[in-house]
Amino acid sequence: MGKDVLTGVHFLSGNHACAEGAIAAGCRYYAGYPITPSNEIAERMSWRLPQVGGIYIQMEDEIASMAAIVGASWGGAKSMTATSGPGFSLMQENLGLAVMTEAPCVIVDVQRGSPSTGLPTLVAQADVMQARWGSHGDYATISISPSSPQECFDFMIKAFNLAETWRVPVVVLSDESIAHLSERVVIPDKSEIKTVSRKVATGPKEGFLPFKAGDDLVPEMPIAGSGYRVHVTGLTHDERGYPDLSHRVHEQLVPRLVNKIKQNADKIIEYEEFMLDDAEVVLVTFGVSTRICRHVVKRARMDGLKLGMLRLITIWPFPEQRVIKLAEQVKALVTVEINLGQLALEVERVVKGRTETYLIPNAGGEVHDPDMVYARVKEIAQKS
Amino acid sequence: MLSKEEIKFEKITAKNLPRESLISPGHRACQGCGEILAMGMVMKAAGPNTIVANATGCMEIVTSPFPETAWRVPWLHVAFENTAAVASGIEAAIQMLYKKQKIKEKPNIIAFAGDGATADIGLQSLSGALERGHNFLYVCLDNEAYMNTGIQRSSSTPYGAMTTTSPPGKKSIGQCTWKKNVAMIAAAHNIPYVATASPGYHLDLMNKVRKALAVDGPAYIQIFSPCPTGWRSKPEQSITLAKLAVQTGVFPLFEVEYGRFKITQKTKELKPVKEYLQLQRRFRHLGEDDIAYIQERVKAEFERLKALASLDA
Repeated sequence: MGKDVLTGVHFLSGNHACAEGAIAAGCRYYAGYPITPSNEIAERMSWRLPQVGGIYIQMEDEIASMAAIVGASWGGAKSMTATSGPGFSLMQENLGLAVMTEAPCVIVDVQRGSPSTGLPTLVAQADVMQARWGSHGDYATISISPSSPQECFDFMIKAFNLAETWRVPVVVLSDESIAHLSERVVIPDKSEIKTVSRKVATGPKEGFLPFKAGDDLVPEMPIAGSGYRVHVTGLTHDERGYPDLSHRVHEQLVPRLVNKIKQNADKIIEYEEFMLDDAEVVLVTFGVSTRICRHVVKRARMDGLKLGMLRLITIWPFPEQRVIKLAEQVKALVTVEINLGQLALEVERVVKGRTETYLIPNAGGEVHDPDMVYARVKEIAQKS
Repeated sequence: MLSKEEIKFEKITAKNLPRESLISPGHRACQGCGEILAMGMVMKAAGPNTIVANATGCMEIVTSPFPETAWRVPWLHVAFENTAAVASGIEAAIQMLYKKQKIKEKPNIIAFAGDGATADIGLQSLSGALERGHNFLYVCLDNEAYMNTGIQRSSSTPYGAMTTTSPPGKKSIGQCTWKKNVAMIAAAHNIPYVATASPGYHLDLMNKVRKALAVDGPAYIQIFSPCPTGWRSKPEQSITLAKLAVQTGVFPLFEVEYGRFKITQKTKELKPVKEYLQLQRRFRHLGEDDIAYIQERVKAEFERLKALASLDA
């Protein structure tokens, strides 16, 4: 057997770091389909997983890839796939299946210029809303977004831990720039990596209710073949798992699926605050744009401009409370993202006029020009 | 649709080879690309009155960006999985325009897709179009892996081949499954015409295209397309490989005309597969045992094809 945690200092691309992070988190099943710019994740998994006793399968498309990881998850494995925008679109129906059957799994979406084939080899951050609402119906999942290869490694572990804890698909919103950026990545000792596994059903097999949840709204998960009688379905189901196509059961099931994320949002949400204490204007950003915004904040501070940054680590659920609190303190919130205003809609929604909100958009293909962002921020600061 | 009917078409010979190239030079294909060569031959045979639907893939990428745009016919880039479906839509619209006498002549409709876009993600859409019976030609340019995204295996990758997602080593021989036979799957739809072709035999290839366009209904041609970049072979040996694949029986040439099988290659006594495998570094990790194993399978498949061809002789 090969080593599952490659402890040491490495020079890795974001994609390779994602693969190593997944393996360190305990992922032993990968199903995927080639798509630029996510291929290096699949390539590394195809030789690393066999070394650690895992399985790499290349599927015939993204529909099948997503379905396979739902199956693997129910089979007891920590499973994942990686793709980009167009492939993520094809995964959406089965992502809904993962939500409905509460199958923990991780999807890495390496975002590229879009819509359609768009800019296959260039950066964008335009899948924010697809990650939230891509599948049909009411549901809630978790999305997190790394801004460096080191974070690709760390956040993959975080993603698996969140998926296993809350029994939801977790989307890692990477992007082409981070995916193909190579930097120093420190992989810690195996004993220092905290991994979480799903609550496994261990109680009596007679009368077992696979979809009965406790206070945290997350049911225990039986492992296929461990002797529990299990009925798993994408239809609306009762606590036994059997389809019950009634308003009454639907009214219990779907709100629970949404509430297990909503109620536990405080335990899930993470963000990074940069020079916020006395900030008058705050940049709200995530992913690769964090790097540009951090630079702009430092530069503004040298010029005496009170700029700060709220960098979202968790995109979904959106950190509503933090943004509301911030809106009450500052003169303006400026969303910087490589799309034409997706996260900005959330900011506006929760701010509800408490402060001025602005967007510095970018259709994709390149990250923001820091000079342009700084010039725009100076204008905004003068106005507010 | 078994029928004794012969397909009537205008035959291409060395003397009346169409001069016009509908894919212009100056495109971005790699040196020694067998795929662009094959596609050029298909277009020569089809002529200018043609509409092309092209799946995402190498050929789309190398022939489309300005100013290297190589197409001299109307051309539509589609997504990855939907070439046959988009071609179906084009065909249905053409039929309607013709019926309403808005156009006097029906153009040829050709769908080009790679092996991944055909054997994997596009198989459903291909099957749907063949079943509905649209009058179009589907050409699968088979270079045996996802070359455009960086040489990942497809279900059309041959047994034993190294790709970036079928790396050979202690735990794996490389690609561990056998090549999916999409030509036979197409034939199972009982469409008027199915063929395999190789740019190593250009007249055979072009005449198969002529036949495919002459029939009323769907036609499918799978073209073997050597890829020096992905196969780790020498660019100047692409035609050699295109011929050897046929002569060794690795990629036999046949056609299925109204359900009747016919082997269309002259070489009936096959050369050893080793001659073909040893020119490509994607197979260099294979030992004598592995080669013998492949040889056995190739022989058995060719015998089976001969038996099918003898049914209607």
